[in-house]
Amino acid sequence: MSQAAKNERYARQISLKELGEAGQEKLKKAKVLVVGAGGLGCPALMYLAGAGVGRLGLVDFDVVRLSNLHRQVLFSVKDVGESKAERAAEVLKLINPDIEIIVFNEKLTNSNALDILSDFDIILDGTDNFSSRYLINDACVLLNKILVYGAISRFEGQIAIFNASAFTDKKAVNYRDLFPLAPADQEVLNCAEAGVIGVIPGIIGTMMANETIKLITEIGEVLVNRLLTYNTLNNHFFDLELSPRAETANMIPKGISEFESYNYERFCGINSTFDLSYEDFEPLIKNSNIQIIDVRESGETPHLEHMKHIHIPLSKLGEQIPEIDAETIVLLCQTGQRSTAAAEILSKHYGKSRKIYSLKDGIAAWQKK
Amino acid sequence: MKVEITLFGQLADIAGTQKFHLQDIPDTDTLQRILHEKYPALANLSYCIAVNKKTIHENTILDEDVNVALLPPFSGG
Repeated sequence: MSQAAKNERYARQISLKELGEAGQEKLKKAKVLVVGAGGLGCPALMYLAGAGVGRLGLVDFDVVRLSNLHRQVLFSVKDVGESKAERAAEVLKLINPDIEIIVFNEKLTNSNALDILSDFDIILDGTDNFSSRYLINDACVLLNKILVYGAISRFEGQIAIFNASAFTDKKAVNYRDLFPLAPADQEVLNCAEAGVIGVIPGIIGTMMANETIKLITEIGEVLVNRLLTYNTLNNHFFDLELSPRAETANMIPKGISEFESYNYERFCGINSTFDLSYEDFEPLIKNSNIQIIDVRESGETPHLEHMKHIHIPLSKLGEQIPEIDAETIVLLCQTGQRSTAAAEILSKHYGKSRKIYSLKDGIAAWQKK
Repeated sequence: MKVEITLFGQLADIAGTQKFHLQDIPDTDTLQRILHEKYPALANLSYCIAVNKKTIHENTILDEDVNVALLPPFSGG
């Protein structure tokens, strides 16, 4: 395409004095990856392609379904059953043939994530599950990439920019500073279970594209270390300042091999192999070769009575692994969530030399019995 | 001393309201205990807490009129 036509394509944004030719040049040099070509990913991809982001990558392994069309605006009925990644790329090429579009028609996992992310500067998370969200966050921290986060539920959405150390004098926060632990399985419903109004990913996905364009062109105030929420029912915006947590760094894999061996699905409560039911736990309590560890923070109740145990809060466990001689270790917390995270940490340290368990559903469920 | 509580997502659904007020709550741990007694379903959910629009990670004294917001994580995309 001729230079004149290119200039015409971007004319309306180049004429913004804040953006101008210089901003357009920055967009051309930018490398942005969108993970998930769904409700959030579709509008984000369309605006980023339109704006002229020079290298635009997209990752999605799923196919288009009829129930996606009320919110996933890149697709039409003729795409049902087709690959989202392939179909999205075709439409984006029609919107802007002058940019490089890189398609990853695969699921982002801890074995391919570092490779895929390393070719990009800014990562947009438009996925629909917690294990992907923690995986993307940790990969961005490891590779020092900016993460533009968006998430939705029913009529509400959240957006934030994580790990953008170049854009703040303070410590850059990441997703684990906000939510250090994944919610228990079934605790938070996804769009399929809870329903979602079609426009909310449209609004949040568009805002993700907007923040990305501002980051690239260095204009305006970006949502670095801030979380903005929007509710479509009452039109309320609410924004928060995010503060770092001391223990976050200990929860994130330290290097490539640790990242690649981290079980994100287990961390998110999917098929935990550490789970020990209370029926199986009770006969073990009196066993002499067992160490019971309460990993709740100091002061949490109920106190564990009639049971020999030690108390090491999860936040301390990340800093120093205790010397444990017992063959079997049973970890306890309120709901089974933190004890699963603690089991991950201990199993990394002890390998197969100890039997490590987490009391399923925690003290709360046990007390009800 | 008035504490304004703002709830989001599923938390607001459980409480049946997005905003309400409580009087004279000394700190965020006490507030959580009161909320969990009032709405037991909240106790089993993850959420972050923000006092006057800034996230906190430990018990925080509430010594003047404040807003305390409780936000759950969303997974949808």
